[in-house]
Amino acid sequence: MSEIATLKIWRGDDKKAGLWETHEVPFERGQSVLDGLRWIRANRDPSLAIRFSCINANACKECMMELDGTTIYACTARLEPRVMSLSPLSNKQLVRDLVTEIAPPGERWPLARK
Amino acid sequence: MVIEPKPEIMQAETDVLVIGSGAAGMYAAIEAARGGASVLLLDRSLIGRGGATVMAQMTVAVALGAETPDHWTHHFNDTLAAGRSLCNAPLAQLLCEEGVECILEMEDWGVGWARKDGRITQAMAPGHDRPRCVYVDFLSTGPAVSKTLRTALHKHAGVRRAGDLCVIDLLKVDGEVTGAVAWHVGSGAPVVISAKATIVATGGLTRLYRRNSASANMGGDGYALALRAGAPLIDMEFVQFFPIGHLAPRLIGMDPIMWDPFRYKLGGKLLNNRGEEFTQSYGVPEDGKYVVTRDVGTHAILKEVEAGRGSPHGGVYLSFQHCPEAELRAAFGPVIDRLAKNNIDLTKMPVEVAPIAHYHMGGIVADARMQTQVPGLLVAGEAVGGANGANRLSGNAITEALVFGRRAGRSAAERVKEVHTQNSNDGSAREVLDLLTRDAPQNAPNSAAMLQELQATMADDVGPLRTKAKLERALARIDALDTMLGDCPFGGHRTFDLSRLEWFDLRNMLLVARTVAQSALARPESRGAHQREDFPGMLPSWQANQIVRLKGGKLDIAQVAAQ
Ligand SMILES: Cc1cc2nc3c(=O)[nH]c(=O)nc-3n(C[C@H](O)[C@H](O)[C@H](O)COP(=O)(O)OP(=O)(O)OC[C@H]3O[C@@H](n4cnc5c(N)ncnc54)[C@H](O)[C@@H]3O)c2cc1C
Ligand code: FES
Repeated sequence: MSEIATLKIWRGDDKKAGLWETHEVPFERGQSVLDGLRWIRANRDPSLAIRFSCINANACKECMMELDGTTIYACTARLEPRVMSLSPLSNKQLVRDLVTEIAPPGERWPLARK
Repeated sequence: MVIEPKPEIMQAETDVLVIGSGAAGMYAAIEAARGGASVLLLDRSLIGRGGATVMAQMTVAVALGAETPDHWTHHFNDTLAAGRSLCNAPLAQLLCEEGVECILEMEDWGVGWARKDGRITQAMAPGHDRPRCVYVDFLSTGPAVSKTLRTALHKHAGVRRAGDLCVIDLLKVDGEVTGAVAWHVGSGAPVVISAKATIVATGGLTRLYRRNSASANMGGDGYALALRAGAPLIDMEFVQFFPIGHLAPRLIGMDPIMWDPFRYKLGGKLLNNRGEEFTQSYGVPEDGKYVVTRDVGTHAILKEVEAGRGSPHGGVYLSFQHCPEAELRAAFGPVIDRLAKNNIDLTKMPVEVAPIAHYHMGGIVADARMQTQVPGLLVAGEAVGGANGANRLSGNAITEALVFGRRAGRSAAERVKEVHTQNSNDGSAREVLDLLTRDAPQNAPNSAAMLQELQATMADDVGPLRTKAKLERALARIDALDTMLGDCPFGGHRTFDLSRLEWFDLRNMLLVARTVAQSALARPESRGAHQREDFPGMLPSWQANQIVRLKGGKLDIAQVAAQ
């Protein structure tokens, strides 16, 4: 049987009232954590919120989250055939699931309004 | 089912609305502010991070003459030749002529173009008659361009910036564009923006394809916005595939087009599975130099694969094994270490490469002031169609983004001075607000899976090598996906609801995919990036551009002789 990565993902829009959800993802050597999360969205649950733009280049720096409590870029952290716990950045304001508010304060809506 | 409360609708006003914060949008915002206008710069992602600009790797073509004597007319002639007789000459001229000023202004702002012995270095790239491409070394051009423009923007108090705002539709009153409705992804709230001038700087459409070099925000939103607002598109069949996109082994932390800069520096060899160079069989021998233009390279690689001479993952090999290690280290710098982390040692192995969707030559019709055919609507950057004809030269895209951005900002500021009263959008926004706040259908399909299906269809049937049968099959799939999409957005009004965002993305992407496939079907010849296997060869009678309009919900395609 082919190997799997088990992603334990924090979900919710209130830091005090989240749930851990577990998904098994087919594992291929060389893949990124972001590959795994995108697989879950396309094959299991499109409502999972993640933030990313460049997918591979590690140029946009938008995909920051915590893996087992340490900050990572989901697009450069390798997927591994084990249980991996993913949670939103703990030092940022939560938006939903793995998404936090990471824009500089002057570039957030509605603050940019007159 | 839980009934969610409808979100509150927010309002904003500005002289100039700029949609998209790549190089084009940021330069436009700066120039409009310099012209005295108030500016609101929006991006569906974060400011300066979500587009192709920040990902650009190396070349920026400009006739500086720092390396060898040069003049913009030489750059212009090369651009026209690459465009296979389809370039819009005034746009191409603007790009080549004003590129010089913009590149120097970027230098004043501190971008730090690579230098040698005090002079800016200019690299030789395929299709250019002399060394012409400035760069910031080791794959840093895009991040440097983006950062420089962001810093320059901060000096203008009249520019407000906000990310996580995806523009859903443009607004029109009495035939003129009067702003837009955006959806704030962060909160799920709709935002009605009133503006005297609106600039679409949303970049290209490469997200339509399974394998692409750009970001998740490049679904061609601007093309769909313009079409629905009544502005025509041009040359939509010409999607540029980048021939040597990384294919295998799996590489993370680097964009798949990262091999290009190293081919500029070291040449490198393209080999088939017999270990033989093959581009000479397609008319362009390489002899250790990197001279194959993108359209020819793409064609040659796909034909080798088709003939059974491809690599295991369906591409060909790119090898630097003949280069001494010290030379590799000098050319690749810190990138060698990033490759090592991916278990790639270039002294010992080749990599596999294959064509990948990279850039769009087509786009919104504009004149040399960046004015579209709808008053109040301007356009800039990759979203503009026509400057590069049937094939774009390396390095022309960043230059185009800077030059067209600056020009659009200037034209917008001029318009602001002429428009004294701003029309109310109370009535014009009603339809799109209704759509945005609609409840989801029962048992909505998976939006992410639908997106993948569209990408597969486009890659398999509307890729670089086309036939009537493939294009018709793609159009049938697009019809089916359209039906599946329906007219009620999936997801809801929650924060960061990607299902709802993707519903709106699919609404645009399906429309844009259709313009590409239908334009490709209507052109019975092969030219530049558009290769019809059932119509090989270029026809003199097709030295024409195709103009696409949306009429009564249907696409209308007309041919006009190229200027
Ligand atoms: C990996 C890569 C490498 C490249 N390398 C080079 C190179 O070396 N030389 C060169 O000349 N060219 C290169 N190009 C091409 C070049 O980078 C682009 O053509 C150019 O940067 C486009 O600039 P732009 O400002 O028009 O659009 P982009 O930089 O793509 O910006 C568009 C912005 O619009 C936003 N947007 C889109 N839709 C919406 C919406 N509905 N609402 C709000 N915002 C929206 C996006 O989030 C994005 O931030 C490269 C492209 C890629 C992908
Ligand atoms: S997705 Fe862009 S840095 Fe990770």
